[in-house]
Amino acid sequence: MRDVLLVRFGEVHLKGQNRPYFLKVLTDNVKRAVRPLGGHVWLSDSRIYVSGTADILATAERVRRVFGVHSVSPAVEMEKDLDAIADRCAEMMRGLSGTFKVFARRSDKRFPVDSMELAKEIGHRVLEANSRLSVDVHSPEHRLNVEIRDNAYLSVGEIEAVGGMPMGTGGRAALLLSGGIDSPVAGYQLMRRGVTVCAIHFQSPPYTGELALDKVLQLSRILGEYGNGMRLYIVPFTNIQTAIHEKCPDGLGTILTRRFMMRVAERIAQKFGAQALITGESLGQVASQTMESLACTDAVVNMPVFRPLIGLDKLEITGIAEKIGTYRVSILPYEDCCTVFTPRHPVTKPRLETMADAESALDVEALVNEAVENTATEIV
Amino acid sequence: MIAYLDNSATTRPTEGVIEAMVRAMREGYFNPSSVYQPAVEAFRSVRACREAVLEKLGAVGEKLVFTSGGTEANNLAILGAVARMRGKQLVAVGRAEHPSVRAPFDRLRDMGHEVRALGVDSRGELDWGALEAALNDGASLVSCMQVNNETGAMLDCERLYRTVAGRALVHIDGVQGFLRVPFDMRNADMYTLSAHKVHGPKGVGALALRKTVRLEPAHIGGGQEDGLRSGTENTPGIAGLLQAVREMDASGLMEKKLYMVRRFLEAVPEALVNGPEPERGAPHILNMSFPNVRGETLLHALEAEGVYASTGSACSSRKKKVSPVLLAMGISPDRAECALRFSLSPHTELEEIDRAAEALREIYPKLKRFQRR
Repeated sequence: MRDVLLVRFGEVHLKGQNRPYFLKVLTDNVKRAVRPLGGHVWLSDSRIYVSGTADILATAERVRRVFGVHSVSPAVEMEKDLDAIADRCAEMMRGLSGTFKVFARRSDKRFPVDSMELAKEIGHRVLEANSRLSVDVHSPEHRLNVEIRDNAYLSVGEIEAVGGMPMGTGGRAALLLSGGIDSPVAGYQLMRRGVTVCAIHFQSPPYTGELALDKVLQLSRILGEYGNGMRLYIVPFTNIQTAIHEKCPDGLGTILTRRFMMRVAERIAQKFGAQALITGESLGQVASQTMESLACTDAVVNMPVFRPLIGLDKLEITGIAEKIGTYRVSILPYEDCCTVFTPRHPVTKPRLETMADAESALDVEALVNEAVENTATEIV
Repeated sequence: MIAYLDNSATTRPTEGVIEAMVRAMREGYFNPSSVYQPAVEAFRSVRACREAVLEKLGAVGEKLVFTSGGTEANNLAILGAVARMRGKQLVAVGRAEHPSVRAPFDRLRDMGHEVRALGVDSRGELDWGALEAALNDGASLVSCMQVNNETGAMLDCERLYRTVAGRALVHIDGVQGFLRVPFDMRNADMYTLSAHKVHGPKGVGALALRKTVRLEPAHIGGGQEDGLRSGTENTPGIAGLLQAVREMDASGLMEKKLYMVRRFLEAVPEALVNGPEPERGAPHILNMSFPNVRGETLLHALEAEGVYASTGSACSSRKKKVSPVLLAMGISPDRAECALRFSLSPHTELEEIDRAAEALREIYPKLKRFQRR
């Protein structure tokens, strides 16, 4: 008899022919998450198991953050002896009161007692030992799971995990990471779908300082904890901003800046082997996030641009940011883009036809090249 | 070479200070409260520092409480003094104080005491009429800073003490003045100082006080520091402070400051000095506005040239965009937003000032082009 962590995965079940590949990636990701705690991870008929770590709850906390994991349960692994199983179940339920239900599952059909019988027998034994419990098969307060596989696995309750798809199964994409509340959430949403994400940050010294950069490093680190670290590209953006400010109509400053960001980001994304860009835009939030503005920014790139927050309200985005742990860093006050360059009255409905005209005063290609060439890389 | 012109944020500990601290840890690590010979030696070192500091303040025979720094000393003085007074008090505080003084007064207000803010003009001159009025209304504590940390404006401590004339306790926050501007303990009941502003280490400061002043301690326990600040003494920090006090020599600072003003005005003729006339302010602090360029932007541009300055006090420059101290002194928000503070130490080299002046000459015209439309 020993303590193990039972790891359940959700959507991976659906992947038909690719199932073994998804499971291999997921198992590897769980192994990576558990590695600092030691222990052993293995896959055995539609469950991943973790054993041998010093602290089962710390293990659960790490594993529940692995994308593709649906839920985890600290469990007891023991021999398939009905009597011993029922005793152990009674023991596990001793401290509880209220209603419960036994969820029995017999995957090993050689075991002589079927699921119905098993549930009945265990339920009986639990009730006998604890008079404060009663059975409710419809909406029980406590779930006692008993699974008969190579061994018997007993657990009470499940800890919800992040869900999604295993990291690395969804391709690569590049996230435009500003330091605000939205962009880290956008990155998280795609990472959760198995996408390997790199981050691109635009820096404008001397209008922004080291603290603004440090904030982005911290955000990258937090996001990286959900995957396998993160690669952060830091783009020097001052020359582009000053060129726009000097040579282009003031009201278009923001939208032109966005267009340059997209151009630079696409080039860096190609280096990273990414097939798409991710932004934290939410429709109508600010001038550069109107439908017209988004059309103008999309027009300069060929890659698809994913905007997972497009239909969310600020409060919903903030809620996710709090949950994933980026909010407290995002609200630090250091500026990521200087207000010197923000037009007093930004155009909210720019027309695509006017963009080329506005940019005609600039050597777009040279500015983009310069920014891409001088981009620095940090791996966090 | 870097040009470090942010000595009011902190100073670099001297080699002598570092050595004294290492020795205090390596050899003098005993607990000053223990009774065997080496421990008594540690006790004597603490006493030597206490005496050296009091001597510098002309306060031989008065008390000195070692603290974790200026902030704790200010808290102890303000909250500790009022805690020993009976009933609701009227207390008075300068309008341009450091947050470690402002916050304790805010707390006193929350506790139901009445707090009067005493105005200061752009040269840092106290509103003496308001002080007199507060005293006439029965004020029992007055707290003002000796040297304003952002502008270098200096308080006439002698006049303050004479005006108060025993009607209230007088606390002087001397963090920016200690050993750079002369001070005599005859002009205060309590005086705050900090080691790391005078080339000592961070984490140690002190409150000097007259023996007659009664304070309620904030930290209670083993009864160290005459019961006013329990906790084993920070012997390495105190050894560092002692060495710093021995080494510190502020002569020649004013010449450096005036040289800096001249060089900076040559480099940027549009620049404006904030606060008092340079020769009438503290010898190590210069506050200047560079019109139409935000202080923060200029600061980062200077940083890229290896020149370090500040937009205000280091404690608040991470929070507010515009210095509340400059605003309290009647400086316009536009001008305050373009302000930078340069602060010197006796160790500042003229080459550092030259380097900063050259950087300003180079950078300022470029940044000015990109002002907000």
